[in-house]
Amino acid sequence: MCVMNALTQNQTRTAVSVTGLRKTYGEQVVLDDIDLRIGEGEVFALLGPNGAGKTTTVRILSTLIPADAGVASVMGHDLRSEAGAIRGLIGLTGQFSAVDDMLTGEENLLLMGRLLHLPAPQRRARAAWLLERFELAGEAKRLPATYSGGMRRRLDLAMTLMGEPRLIFLDEPTTGLDPRSRHAMWQIVGDLVADGVTVLLTTQYLEEADRLADRIAVLDHGRIVAEGTPAELKGRISGAHIRLRLADAASLEAAALALPEGTPDEEELVLRVPHDGRVTALREVLARLGDAVCVDDLSIHTPDLDDVFFALTGSPQPGDHPDDLPEEQTK
Amino acid sequence: MNSMTLSFQDALTMLGRELKHTLRYPLMLVASILTPVVMLLLFVYILGGPIGHGLGDAARSAPYVDFLAPGILLMTVAAGSSSTAITVHTDMTGGIIDRFRAMAVGRGALLTGHVGGYVVRTILTCTVVTGVALLAGFRPHATVAGWFAVIGIVVAFSFALAWLSVALGLVTKSVAGANSSTLPLLFLLPFLSSAFVPAGSMPAGVRWFSAHQPFTPVVDTLRALLTGAPAGSAAYVALAWCGGIALAGYLWARAAFIRGSR
Repeated sequence: MCVMNALTQNQTRTAVSVTGLRKTYGEQVVLDDIDLRIGEGEVFALLGPNGAGKTTTVRILSTLIPADAGVASVMGHDLRSEAGAIRGLIGLTGQFSAVDDMLTGEENLLLMGRLLHLPAPQRRARAAWLLERFELAGEAKRLPATYSGGMRRRLDLAMTLMGEPRLIFLDEPTTGLDPRSRHAMWQIVGDLVADGVTVLLTTQYLEEADRLADRIAVLDHGRIVAEGTPAELKGRISGAHIRLRLADAASLEAAALALPEGTPDEEELVLRVPHDGRVTALREVLARLGDAVCVDDLSIHTPDLDDVFFALTGSPQPGDHPDDLPEEQTK
Repeated sequence: MNSMTLSFQDALTMLGRELKHTLRYPLMLVASILTPVVMLLLFVYILGGPIGHGLGDAARSAPYVDFLAPGILLMTVAAGSSSTAITVHTDMTGGIIDRFRAMAVGRGALLTGHVGGYVVRTILTCTVVTGVALLAGFRPHATVAGWFAVIGIVVAFSFALAWLSVALGLVTKSVAGANSSTLPLLFLLPFLSSAFVPAGSMPAGVRWFSAHQPFTPVVDTLRALLTGAPAGSAAYVALAWCGGIALAGYLWARAAFIRGSR
């Protein structure tokens, strides 16, 4: 599998290549020696909490801000000396809505067309096509103030696509969207990939990275702490386990005695027992526990990107119901 | 097409966007007409009697409105500054600036669009305000060449204040800050110039300031042109000030624009 990946990677051309990228703001190191390689046609996700450096990476690679150190090439052009050429090939959908609120949806697209120096007929045709494709045709003549969050985001992305960019930066494309709009956005990104566009997306949603990305780099405090396909990343942490929640400390002690391979957590009264997913193994665990130990709750845990993420970024231990975490911690 | 024509085209696109904004949200345009009009009416009908008397209207055989109208015109030019500072600030703090910056668009196009918008709006507001002044009894005696010179001075002064307003919009930290940073242009400098009363009638310190600040030669030139009198050296001083302010505003704006992209 790994060999195959290496092979296919060598065959595709490089869309983004970054070596030793650094950025500091005063004393604060925002990016600390970042290396990246993104193949053409690939969806690459930068995954990390707020403040990890995701947006800074996007801003540097989309020519908005200079890096302090490092070499980067984007679509075959050097970032430092050929920013102009890069700008003609990329599209940026930033973290914050980049829609002109005083122009209608259609006018926003036509403005982009003008700035891209498209001839008038082509401009109008492409705007109409994008409005249709992103289900905005009915709202084309209305101001974005009347749009929902999802529609705004779609208009934002449609503006990015006016110039048919070969590489698209999507900085947290679904942050703040409701689940339906999020799924619609995922669908759109999927369609882009089918068109052969390279996508660099940042997200703090593990599910999103898992779902969309061919490869993921986990970014934490300005460093890439892991990189690989979703499957590779999941394979990097210890496997599945059975999670037993006990009624009291005495039960936990008894359970830990009966299952010495488990890891007890006194505070939460939880015992985690490694498990390979077979039903017979589960039955065996229960048999060894016996009737005397009072188990309140049992769940079988298979590793997902949440586990990878928390394991790598040093946040709460895997298995601690990452879905229930308060928003601040996942951000 | 070479890069010069493309840059010019981008600037025109941004100007078109700016003018569309004005049409869609005309409140700021209305405000920049209302302020000088209110001043005009206030000074002509309420304060004008005693001021005109003090200036010796009878001796000059010209009503105060003829003295005042060029000053109101000057104020009209300055009245556009707050909307430009505010819209520049809004553009810079919204997400759209990043979109433009990441495109192969002429770097200065966004700012020149704002400057062009200021000049176009000022021609419009000055036309309206001149109309109101005529209704209030203003009787200019300018020659045709004089009128063209008036338009030239108005354009030059609005161009200068436009770059200054763009810079103010770039360096201020909030919309309120952008707005209030332009208030001296609208309410302080016109009053401390010969726009409303001759500088000679002011206390010594103020008189010195008035004689050496840019608004005075500009209004003196406008007044001379509109009354058909020779403008003399004031016109050159006015144009020099316009050039100086425009250059300083441009350099300041450029520095702030570059500083904003780190």
